Parts: sequence; C-alpha cells; structure tokens
Amino acid sequence: MTYLEFEKPIQLLVEQLEQLNETAEKTQVDVASAVAELEAKIITTRKEIYANLSAWQRVQASRHPDRPYSLSYMDAVSDNTFIELHGDRTVGDDKAMIGGFGQIDGRTVMFVGQQKGINTKMRQIRRFGMANPEGYRKALRLFKLAERFNKPIVTFIDTPGAYPGLEAEERGQGEAIARNIFEMAQLKVPVICIILGEGASGGALGIGVGDKVCMLENTWYSVISPESCSSILWRNWDNKETAAEALKLTAKDMLENKLVDAIIPEPIGGAHNNIPEAHQIVKQHIITYLKELDAINPEERINQRIDKFCNMGVVVE
Amino acid sequence: MSWFKRKKEGITTSTKDKKETPDGLWYKCPECKTIITTDEHEDNSWVCTSCAYHEKIGSEEYFALLFDNNAFTEINAGVKSADPLNFTDTKKYSARLADTIAKTELNDAIRTAYGKVDGNDLMIACMDFKFIGGSMGSVVGEKIARSIDYCLANRLPLMIISKSGGARMMEAAYSLMQMAKTSAKLSLMAKAGIPYISFLTDPTTGGVTASFAMLGDLNISEPGALIAFAGPRVVRETIGKDLPEGFQTAEFVLEKGFLDKIILRKELKTNIGKLLNMFAN
Repeated sequence: MTYLEFEKPIQLLVEQLEQLNETAEKTQVDVASAVAELEAKIITTRKEIYANLSAWQRVQASRHPDRPYSLSYMDAVSDNTFIELHGDRTVGDDKAMIGGFGQIDGRTVMFVGQQKGINTKMRQIRRFGMANPEGYRKALRLFKLAERFNKPIVTFIDTPGAYPGLEAEERGQGEAIARNIFEMAQLKVPVICIILGEGASGGALGIGVGDKVCMLENTWYSVISPESCSSILWRNWDNKETAAEALKLTAKDMLENKLVDAIIPEPIGGAHNNIPEAHQIVKQHIITYLKELDAINPEERINQRIDKFCNMGVVVE
Repeated sequence: MSWFKRKKEGITTSTKDKKETPDGLWYKCPECKTIITTDEHEDNSWVCTSCAYHEKIGSEEYFALLFDNNAFTEINAGVKSADPLNFTDTKKYSARLADTIAKTELNDAIRTAYGKVDGNDLMIACMDFKFIGGSMGSVVGEKIARSIDYCLANRLPLMIISKSGGARMMEAAYSLMQMAKTSAKLSLMAKAGIPYISFLTDPTTGGVTASFAMLGDLNISEPGALIAFAGPRVVRETIGKDLPEGFQTAEFVLEKGFLDKIILRKELKTNIGKLLNMFAN
C-alpha cells in the first residue's frame, strides 16, 4: 500500500493494528475488542479524511498509485469476458488507448478508455495514459464498429492529456480529437462516459461526449491540470493548490455547474482502498444508466445529447 | 580612451531639423524588417510588400476584406462573458474582462456577421486575437453555436476564421465544453448538407484546433500561420530537443494532409467566392 501525505493518519492506525495483531499472536492475549475498536477507528478516519479533501488533494487521490485503471474495470465489469481489440487500421496500435468488446450480464458492450501503466516499463509503453492521434482514431473505429452492430458504448477516462509529441502533431492530434467529438455527438447507440481518474482537457473530451458523463468521487475534470494552469497564469509551479481550487475541477463542482451528469461514489477511503467494491459500484451504475438510455429512441437520444452540451456555458447580454 | 571615435563632426540632426512623425504612420515587418507606410500596408491587405509576411489582423479587417462593399449584418454583438467561476489568478477575471473590453472595444474574442462575398451569401464568425489571446470561453462557443443556428434556419454557408491560443483557462471546464458544443453543432450542419469552411489563421492552437478549426468541409489557411494542438514550446519540452524548421506552419500542416489549401490573403475573397459557388451550383 502507498499512502499519500493526507492519508498518513490512516497509515499510523493501520500500522498500530498490525502491531497489535502481531503481539496478540506472540503472547496469545485476547485483543479482539482492541482490534475491533481500531478497525472502526480506521474506517471513521478514512471516511472523515476523504469527506474533507481539498481540490488539490482530490487531484492527488485521482493519481493514487494504487488506484485501479481502465483495463481493471473492463475486466471486472464484464466478469472477465473482455476481449481487447487493437489498431486504428492506418498507423498503428496505441497502447495508451485501449478498447474492445465485453459483456455485462450477457449483454455486449464496447469499452474504450485511456490506460495508464501499472509499472515503470508499462507506464512508458502506455505513455502515462496520454494517447496519440492513432489512439483517438482507434477509439473512433471501435465506436463506429459498436454503432454498426448496435452495441452501447462505455468509455473510461483517465488521462493527464493527449500526448504533446512531435509525431502526434505530425499526425494531426487536433484533428483526431475534433473528429471524435464531432462523431460522438451523432452516435446512434447509448454512450456512457465515466471519469475514473484524471480528466484532462481535450485529451479526455476526445472520448468524453456521451449521454451520461459521470465522475467517480475522487477524480477531476477540467480544461487543464492545476500544475500547467499555475505555470501559465501565475508563471510558476507553486500555485497548483490555488489553481486546483479556482478551476472548480472536482466531481462536486462539476455536477453543481451542470457540466457532468452524475457522481459515482467510491468505497470508503477511495477506489484503491477496496478495488472489487469500486468495480461493482461502477458495474451497477452502468447497468442502471443503460436501462435508462435504452428507453429513449436513438434520434431523441442524439438530440438530448447535443442539447445538453449546447446548454453548457454562461454568458450575459 | 573610448573604443569608437566619431570621424565626422556634426552629423547628428539638430532638434529644429527633426521632423515630427505621428505614431502609426509606418509599419515595420517583423520578418524582413522592411519599413513601409501603414497606408501602403493596408492597401496590400496587411501583407508585407517585400516578403509577403501576413500580419495578424482581426475581425474588422477580415470583414472588410471579405464582405462586398464592407456591408454586413452583425449578430449577437452584445454577448459577454459572465465569469461563472468568479475566477482570480494574478488579477480578477472580471477586471481583466472589463479592461480588455475597454482597450479593444470588443466584447469578446469573436464576432459573427452575415453578408455577401462576391455575391454569395455567407456567415462569417471571426476571432480576435487581441481579446485575451483569442481564447475560447463561453462567449466564443455560444456565438458560434448561435451563428450555426442561424445558418441552419436560413441554409447559409458558414466560415469560421480561427485565431486563438486555445481554451480560456479562466472559464475552466466551461471553456472545455465549448469544444463539444461547437463540434456538436457542426455535426448538425454536416447532416443538413450546408458547407462549412474553416479558415485557420496565425495562430490556431489548443482547444480551437481540437474542435471546430479542424472540422471544416474545407480547411484553409494563410501562409506561415502557426497551426498546432500542443504549442511549439510544449512539444519542445516533451521531446527534449529543437524542433525541425517550419514545424507546425500552415505549409507543414498542408504537407501532412490536414489542410485543403493555403491561400494568399490578397486572393482570399475571390477564392472563397469561387468555392462557395462550387458548393451552390
């Protein structure tokens, strides 16, 4: 387990509990009541800490090294029926963007999402979840495949942004993202987008135009990361906390501003604290949303989707 | 002892012989440093007469260049930003807006107007870089969306002239969602079969490139314009070395296959007229 700075009180309690169990084993003393008390305290501490996170801490939680990534959800939500499909049919197969078919309680769904690496080597291969244009084009190919066979689409968003590399620019990163947004607006099948971790800018929106756009509790979604915002607006890296507050990027703020449709709760202490439970919660939400969206005819669904995005923005006259 | 010595005495112009030159009478090309009068520069469509450098211009100039007899009807001119997040960085966003409005005499970074271009009806949405770097916030998104609504209702072709540093950070996720809003609206134009010409001018970057600017039925640009998703500085930091010559210029983007054409500003109007005619007949 890795503990973030603000999780230190939890770590202390967990270590105490471990020590207690160890001593109990050695001395054969009955510590059941003390253990129960500590366990209860760990739960309340976790609850308390996670209920009161600042915006910046929420950003840190979204990047927690133990947090489950897209592939883990794709496997679990589909009860391990997920079959990964590769390639954009033009340039190559982007490892930062993954997708494929899977079944939720027997029903086929197309999953697409950014994938971060789970160890140093994989992080490099997956470019830290920053997709190239061919990643967005693979996503679009899979969207179109799903549409052709009338399968609903679920996207998992977890990216610090689209990859800002030389080849990405050569191959039209801007065009790739723009095309996805444009095409997603008109998809005839239900589209559910869930932000699992980081939702940074156009890189996130490139697979983020859906009938239901939801954020897990400890995630963020905005036009820029707080660090980059600090470097551009304040011209230094020290204002990331202020920037995180100012950007109103937490799930709660985003819902209040009607920029997302729902918040999906996480297990006590965050998704990383109980990964199987996080998987189940997400699965149940997908099932509920699919039922809701199935009831609307495709044309009406497209109209509602477009109207929703067209109502975003605040102006005065 | 000084290093340099004056050989001839008395070559400095005495104060009484100096001529008054009013500000703004001369234009110095940032590329080739040639100096010409601003009148000459304007007559040449704000293009350098010696090296053809296309100076950045705004909506006023583009409207004058394109609309027949500079006659057009502007719509939604009074739409302004509402500062929905009460944003403050080194300065309050509301104050920044007020100052910029006073300084530029513009209400935001885009103006929308319809009129005739060589006799062809056209809606033009033109961005102004001098308004907070032509950044896209709620107003840019809303005005593009409304101009598209007008185009859909009246079957009018649309041209968006992009000139922008990208999304406006002070409106955070609201700015981001303008990418979805404008692109979704453009999908309705495509469905209705009404032409949309995207004209990408120097610079077109970030969220603007990653939405409406790259979605034209035709993507057209001006010589030398910077067109990018991630700006050159960011790309340089990512790859850790210098960028190749001409990287992310319009010519580069044309070569990579993302533009239909680069058009000289002087030939813009006749070319747009011809293209509109192609769609219409």
